[in-house]
Amino acid sequence: MMLTLRGVACLRGPQLLFEGLDLALGPGEALVVTGANGIGKSSLLRIAAGLLRPAAGWVERTAEAAWLGETAAFDGERTLHEAVRFWARLDGVTFDALEQAMATMGVRPLAEVPVRYLSTGQRRRAAIVRTIAGAAPLWLLDEPANGLDTEGLERLGAAMATHRAAGGAVMAATHLPLPLADAATLDLSALVVTSA
Amino acid sequence: MILLLIRRDTARGLRAAGLPVAFFLIAATLFPFAVGPDARLLAKAGGGMLWLAALLAALLPVERLVAPDTEAGVLDQFAVRGIADEGVAAAKIVAHWLGFGPPLMLAALPGAALLGLDGATLARLELGLAIGTPALAALGVTVAALTTGLRGAGALAGLVLLPLAVPLLIFGAGALNPNDGGALKLLAATALLLTAGAPFAAGAALKALRD
Repeated sequence: MMLTLRGVACLRGPQLLFEGLDLALGPGEALVVTGANGIGKSSLLRIAAGLLRPAAGWVERTAEAAWLGETAAFDGERTLHEAVRFWARLDGVTFDALEQAMATMGVRPLAEVPVRYLSTGQRRRAAIVRTIAGAAPLWLLDEPANGLDTEGLERLGAAMATHRAAGGAVMAATHLPLPLADAATLDLSALVVTSA
Repeated sequence: MILLLIRRDTARGLRAAGLPVAFFLIAATLFPFAVGPDARLLAKAGGGMLWLAALLAALLPVERLVAPDTEAGVLDQFAVRGIADEGVAAAKIVAHWLGFGPPLMLAALPGAALLGLDGATLARLELGLAIGTPALAALGVTVAALTTGLRGAGALAGLVLLPLAVPLLIFGAGALNPNDGGALKLLAATALLLTAGAPFAAGAALKALRD
């Protein structure tokens, strides 16, 4: 198992979002977290990423994780290429792997455009480039489809399929349908894991 | 890894280094207007005035040290990669000093000329700034981490930073007196304490920002 959560509870301010949550994610698997706005999808992902401490329960993550958050985490004044290259250097990614990831998401024509001029969807694609290039076995994606057009979503779907075929795992919180085959679904409103 | 963080923040810091320097020089220019053109008085009080200007100039960049990275999610990305918050804070302090300390020390040359300081006083001022500016940078990053996300963060940062910087001002200005050998040592001790403690304080604040 790459990620195991046992009896996890999440407290945001005075509000208990969920409790007694168990889940496990192994190589090649995918888990889609759904539920209404504010139910704690993002918080659950942040707990899985180690960005948020659970109010109860324990989290064990044995694989390195790539985090795709709500914001792209790029410096606006840098060009897209410089921006993703900074993270590639930090992750020890080769130039070729980065170029390939940029081609996968179709952002190579935008390489010399400063990040602040990019649209929401283009920035999203660039953030996914970092996820792909980083080569972490576990992808934690918070609303990955936000801002993506149909073509971008297809590219994301292909990238996730390749990642899982190579033994990676994907956990995504979303309110939009994601192109993920054979993914388990966790509906936070019911707090039960059902296998699709 | 930490070197990469330092390089990124230094590039960002140097791009914005003009503002504190310009502020410092304008403050040095205004001083003679406020106290009059008495050359002896200016030479006597000018060094302390430059220290005060340096202290206030340290406040200007505080708002852009941590808040933009929090908003953009950059700090989350660092945390997921297992980079310690203290390491991130230390990198920010080093980078902030590089974009703030040396430019300020350079600006002190025309600043000293404007106030008619003699060479010996200027040398003691530069030595004091070399010792004191790392502590100012450390305080700046710590206060930035503490106030990020709060309403009126800029004004609050001033209220938090200035009292903490009082010892630097006292010993920094004290070290300008050629007969006071102890002040420079006390300045160094204070600066060391602040600089060494800041990564831990700022790291804890960065950690708290995520909850």
